[in-house]
Amino acid sequence: METISTNKEKRSTKLRLVLKKQEDWLKKVEEISGQNVFACYQCGKCSAGCPMSAEMDLLPNQVIRLLQLGAVEPLLNCRTIWLCASCFTCTARCPKGVSLTRLMEGVRLAIFRTRKSDEISPKEMVKETLPQIALIGALRKLTA
Amino acid sequence: MRIGVFICHCGKNIAGVLDIKRLVEEAAKLKDVAYATDYVYLCSEPGQKEIQQKIKELELTHVVIAACSPKMHATTFARAVEEVGLNPYLLEIANIREQCSWVHHDAPEEATEKALEIIRAAVAKVSLAKPLAPITVPLTRKVLVIGGGIAGIQAALDIANGGFEVYLVERSPSLGGHMAQLSETFPTLDCSSCILTPRMVEVARHPNIHLFTYAEVKNVEGIVGQYKVTIEQKPRYVDPDKCTGCGDCAEACPVIVPNEFDQGLGARKAVYVPFPQAVPLVYTIDLEHCLNTKRLIVCEQCYHACGPKAINYLMEPKEIEIEVGAIVLATGYDLLPLEALKEYGGGIYPDVLSGLEFERLLSASGPTGGIVRRPSDGKIPKRVVFIQCAGSRDPEHGCPYCSKICCMYTAKHALLYKHAVPDGEAYVFYIDVRAAGKRYEEFVQRVMEEERIVYLRGKVSKVFQRKDKLVVWGVDTLSGMAVEIEADMVVLATAIVPSKNTADLAKLLKAPIDEFGFLNEVHPKLRPVESSAMGIYLAGAAQAPKDIPDTVSQASAAASKVLGLFSQEELSLEPIKAEVNLENCDGCAYCVDVCPFDAITLVVEEDGHKHVEVKKALCQGCGCCMATCPKEGINVAGFTLNQLKAQIHALLKEDEDD
Ligand SMILES: Cc1cc2nc3c(=O)[nH]c(=O)nc-3n(C[C@H](O)[C@H](O)[C@H](O)COP(=O)(O)OP(=O)(O)OC[C@H]3O[C@@H](n4cnc5c(N)ncnc54)[C@H](O)[C@@H]3O)c2cc1C
Ligand code: SF4
Ligand code: SF4
Repeated sequence: METISTNKEKRSTKLRLVLKKQEDWLKKVEEISGQNVFACYQCGKCSAGCPMSAEMDLLPNQVIRLLQLGAVEPLLNCRTIWLCASCFTCTARCPKGVSLTRLMEGVRLAIFRTRKSDEISPKEMVKETLPQIALIGALRKLTA
Repeated sequence: MRIGVFICHCGKNIAGVLDIKRLVEEAAKLKDVAYATDYVYLCSEPGQKEIQQKIKELELTHVVIAACSPKMHATTFARAVEEVGLNPYLLEIANIREQCSWVHHDAPEEATEKALEIIRAAVAKVSLAKPLAPITVPLTRKVLVIGGGIAGIQAALDIANGGFEVYLVERSPSLGGHMAQLSETFPTLDCSSCILTPRMVEVARHPNIHLFTYAEVKNVEGIVGQYKVTIEQKPRYVDPDKCTGCGDCAEACPVIVPNEFDQGLGARKAVYVPFPQAVPLVYTIDLEHCLNTKRLIVCEQCYHACGPKAINYLMEPKEIEIEVGAIVLATGYDLLPLEALKEYGGGIYPDVLSGLEFERLLSASGPTGGIVRRPSDGKIPKRVVFIQCAGSRDPEHGCPYCSKICCMYTAKHALLYKHAVPDGEAYVFYIDVRAAGKRYEEFVQRVMEEERIVYLRGKVSKVFQRKDKLVVWGVDTLSGMAVEIEADMVVLATAIVPSKNTADLAKLLKAPIDEFGFLNEVHPKLRPVESSAMGIYLAGAAQAPKDIPDTVSQASAAASKVLGLFSQEELSLEPIKAEVNLENCDGCAYCVDVCPFDAITLVVEEDGHKHVEVKKALCQGCGCCMATCPKEGINVAGFTLNQLKAQIHALLKEDEDD
């Protein structure tokens, strides 16, 4: 992670993503998800069928692309990984057999593990009137 | 004379525009026309049957077929009329499709009038036609193959195995071409020289193959069936019969120069073999670098070192005359020079390499023994950037075409690099990955997936130096990000261009080349291995960029064409040849100079009477002589002045009447 120079301050001066091997972070995501990101050939079928894509700031296939490039920064700051409904549509449709659903989960977990914090606070969530299934889904997805 | 006119609908192609009924009515009224009819598809079986039946039934003596271009079906119809005993030269095709209905679909009435004129002209021409018979010329059943790369090797072996003699001429000191320089070959990764050298040896040993290396074709005269060829054997200054290939001379030689075979990345002596498996294994003194000149001998190191006394500084070039019936062109390719890609640092930074240079670095027998090292400092590069389409698909660099093989060899390079330097990083810039071939796509996917190569979709804008690194500025259009890579080495997949002097050779053989200098085939789909110059066949990358499997297939195809030609004892040629009318010819000889095929000679009889004579075998029936002659002294059979005049008069008839 330390080698990436696309963080906000640098970006203003340098518009280029400096490519270097980013094995640590990527390895972690791949280990958690059990997927090889280089198996993806960027056809975009996942994005074409994703039910949440209209709400997303990065298309699902772009999430994989950034992983391939080792561009961690834009991933950490994106909404997409949290909006992913874990519905497995992309996984079911990917022609290369890549489970993007698992990778999305891998990215979320890798973030939780580095931050050592949850995305949502379960205490606050239970105050809202949510269907039970949504509550469980949200807790599973957004907490470490 | 009983002329039959057959008018084809070609489905709606002709009938959708022209008024066929009117054409039939009007054609029937023409002079000497005994019968006119129409048919939906004359080229179909029943269409041809109809023509044949009417010829017999109505005893037609001449036939006009108004249909598509004679390029399409002239042969079909000629065969059909011949089957019922009509001489095929008494048949005329009126092209009312390409030259009428297709181009005038927006003006059907005028088009019908034009079609009528075309038919009228064809009737006028055919009414003066004479029956002609094909002429036979002798056929020398030997072949010349130019270029000793894998294309030339394959073609030579196939023809020689078919039982005919082959002269194989290679410009460089050894057989093998570029394939000999490759490390391993995609997609199977078999060692290139391991699969190539047995073929090279087979060529050298083959009783039907005469091998000339370090030689060039200097002159070619004649035509299919009987080419006279002059081969120039350049002097090696080493007697090939005495040289044992021991290499003692090279050991003794004090001069070290870059080895072309290693793309200049390795060294050789002034007396050398390009590579250890060279065929023939005969040393060559490169006089350009040897301390001696033709006039001054200052160094005799190799002379003294050579046991069998094979060195001879005074050797002269030799000319060898041969006769062959056919020629296979297999002169291969070169790479666009690195210098043409300055924006990528080509020719500026030593660590910006071409694909062939990288092949030599990967090769176990290469200058670095297969260890990938930077030319600048010998360090092992830890980050390598590969740039595809370097010059290819780039009209601004003069190569709008795809070089076809570089997507595949770049994937191979990335894989072999990762195997050689497992902790290294490889990046590939591409526009599209073109991997259309058996197991090619699988290979590329394997490289991406298993070797974890980052493929970046986009072109590189520039490469520049920062300290001891090469900075590559490119883009990844998939993520929309401009990227920068600090690389240790950059490999350019430079465009494939025709090999040096292809254009000169093509000119000598009157074989057309395309706008990029590749040899042109007669028909891109249906006759891909033949040149429009008869008796000349094409093989390998000289025709267009191609990989080894395609090269070998094309070479075998060219060989089978030659074998087909050689299956005849004599050659039968079309009788469309110039004929001298001795009554009119007074020997002014204007035509002698204009004939592009040197087919005409001036004859002076004993009584001083002069006239010209045509060598039928050489004449291609182009008609330059006929157009030049002021006295109607020479005519091309089948296209005589009278026939052409009648045709023109028929076309202009309406206007005359007005
Ligand atoms: C970097 C690189 C990597 C490649 N890797 C692969 C691979 O892994 N797998 C694969 O299938 N293909 C590969 N190729 C393609 C392969 O090199 C070609 O398909 C093959 O060499 C074409 O053979 P050829 O005989 O047509 O031409 P060439 O190999 O160019 O041979 C032509 C021969 O003709 C001779 N010649 C030229 N002009 C004359 C003349 N006027 N008179 C006499 N002789 C003449 C030349 O000296 C040469 O020996 C690669 C190409 C490159 C550039
Ligand atoms: S569908 Fe699969 S291969 Fe295609 S972009 Fe998505 S993850 Fe990659
Ligand atoms: S083969 Fe690939 S790299 Fe080569 S020119 Fe074609 S698209 Fe570009």
